Amino acid sequence: MAVMGIAEALREGIREEMRRDPTVFCIGEDIGVKGGWGGAFTVTLGLVDEFGPERIIDTPISESGFCGIAIGAAMTGMRPIADVQYGDFLFCMMDQLANQAAKMTYMAGGAVKVPMVMRAPVGSTRRGAQHAQTLEVFFTHVPGLKVVAPSTAYDAKGLLKAAVRDDNPVLIFEHKLLYGSKGNRAEKGAVSPIGEVPDEDYVVPIGKGAVRREGKDVTIVGKLLTVYRALAAAEELAQDGIEAEVIDPRTLVPLDKEMILESVRKTHRFVVVEEDNRTHGWGAEIAAMVAEEAFWWLDAPPTRVSAPDTPPPFAPNLEELYVPSVERIVSAVKGLM
Amino acid sequence: MTSVPSAPSVPFVPSDLLNLYRTMLLIRRFEERCNALFLQGRIPSTLHLYIGQEAVATGVCSALRKDDWVFGTHRPHGHALAKGVSPRVIMAELMAKVTGCCRGKGGSMHVGDVREGAFPAIAIVGAGLPIAAGAALSAKMRGTDQVAVGFHGEGAANEGDWHEALNMAAIWKLPVIFVCENNLYGASTHFAKAFAVAHVADRAAAYGMPGEVADGNDVVAVCEAAERAVRRARSGEGPTLVECMTYRQCGHSRSDACDYRPDEEEASWKERDPLKVAADRLASSVPPVPFDPAAIEADVAAEIDDAIAFAEASPPPSPDDLMRHVYWEGD
Repeated sequence: MAVMGIAEALREGIREEMRRDPTVFCIGEDIGVKGGWGGAFTVTLGLVDEFGPERIIDTPISESGFCGIAIGAAMTGMRPIADVQYGDFLFCMMDQLANQAAKMTYMAGGAVKVPMVMRAPVGSTRRGAQHAQTLEVFFTHVPGLKVVAPSTAYDAKGLLKAAVRDDNPVLIFEHKLLYGSKGNRAEKGAVSPIGEVPDEDYVVPIGKGAVRREGKDVTIVGKLLTVYRALAAAEELAQDGIEAEVIDPRTLVPLDKEMILESVRKTHRFVVVEEDNRTHGWGAEIAAMVAEEAFWWLDAPPTRVSAPDTPPPFAPNLEELYVPSVERIVSAVKGLM
Repeated sequence: MTSVPSAPSVPFVPSDLLNLYRTMLLIRRFEERCNALFLQGRIPSTLHLYIGQEAVATGVCSALRKDDWVFGTHRPHGHALAKGVSPRVIMAELMAKVTGCCRGKGGSMHVGDVREGAFPAIAIVGAGLPIAAGAALSAKMRGTDQVAVGFHGEGAANEGDWHEALNMAAIWKLPVIFVCENNLYGASTHFAKAFAVAHVADRAAAYGMPGEVADGNDVVAVCEAAERAVRRARSGEGPTLVECMTYRQCGHSRSDACDYRPDEEEASWKERDPLKVAADRLASSVPPVPFDPAAIEADVAAEIDDAIAFAEASPPPSPDDLMRHVYWEGD
């Protein structure tokens, strides 16, 4: 058992999968340059020393192109782990992900598989509108993709390994404030949870959520950074005698609906917290699911705490307003009691 | 590095040309029957017919092995037939039957059968080229000598994916062949309105790979160009861009009356119909080969009749199929 952050846990997961299976390889920008960065947030740092540039493949700045290359390799016997430096760049490869990777198995009538991983850092971190979005919902909407969002080191390694072994395209969203990247890639204001990660082989099954805190009065669902905001809110609420249950779905597609519904049937109140625009959002989907499937257990309307419908702002004081704060979560919960 | 080859680099065996002629005729008659079936309401989708371009797919695929891969386009029936996919499963797919090569879930624009090395065709213009390069990367990493072919129309050469794919394929010397079918029109837009270069193949130099212009209506010329590119790919020398000059003799899709094309242009290309070019070559081959066009016609007609009968006798997908194969279900 070792103690580490998410960036290191992902790195160890990649290392173990590449040692286990010669068809696994990494492809992306600035991931294997000797003396370089190990990707934008150090996840692949040093892997080129062990696996060489043939399996840690640096690409030109060609997001759509290398995504397509990963898809083609996956369709023909390889298991690529691709990554983008910032999740925002996924929009450059939207056709490859949404039209090609996601639909290939279906339009082939089940005759072709696309076992690939695409990793993407998200989250507002004082970089302004094009390097700060939390955009999982664009992909959770597309049938054929699986989407995971680990918020602990244990889950990061276990979900990465599960994603590599999955026979479908899996997107892994990672939050920049949770990585625990070190040196000059460390982030201001980072939460950087560290946790115990087993040395032995394990996976976190795709599709299973986690109850991060038990409670009987309200269910709060968060993902990535907002899991930690929700836990801090639960701590404050407890001072006022309100016991919040905090659920981290860990996988967004397929969603562990039953874990959320079971909690709501117990607490009768529901809040979802997302660092993303409110309208037509992920939180809207989760809230609708709760309204449809647990309506008769609810004592109050399903409620969203979201970013406003603006691009992520740059100014730190505006960014504070944009990302759901502990205070906004506490206030939303109190409004339901 | 663009070149227009004047002489064949390898002697062509005329008896092979009989097989190529038959494949081209199969594609031609298959497409004509599809058109008739569409007009009768027996094929429920639109169609992008390959009529006029048969020499390209036929010539390229004749240079490939069964375990090589092709990635077709929205106009893919010819690519699939030339790579060896059975007319039965293509016709069944067009008629939306569960026995189709994609279980009736792909349709005309996605026909392909991976068992024959033809992946489901990719109908987003240009998007298949990085994917073909990825298959080539896979062959290289796994140490096989397989080759991948990315078919595309000339219109695709103005998509970003085309440039990104050519660049990475060249940097990494991937065993991929980019086959551009320049039929002069991207939908209704003429080549000259979309390109400031004389040939798509001129752009190969920008990526440090050979570019070659071939007569896309002469199956022998296509075959020879493809064989040169395949040899380069298999021997680790990297990708080639082969531009085949050709012409679609019908509309872009079933709804296109082609009013934007001059009659004289259409007539001049029909004079150089790929079947006629091949037939002339056969008739004048030295030494002479027995060439019986009527017998080949009858043989091809029987194969297509059988495909149509197979497709019409097949059931559509069951309602359960709607929800299946969104994710991989196993081999």
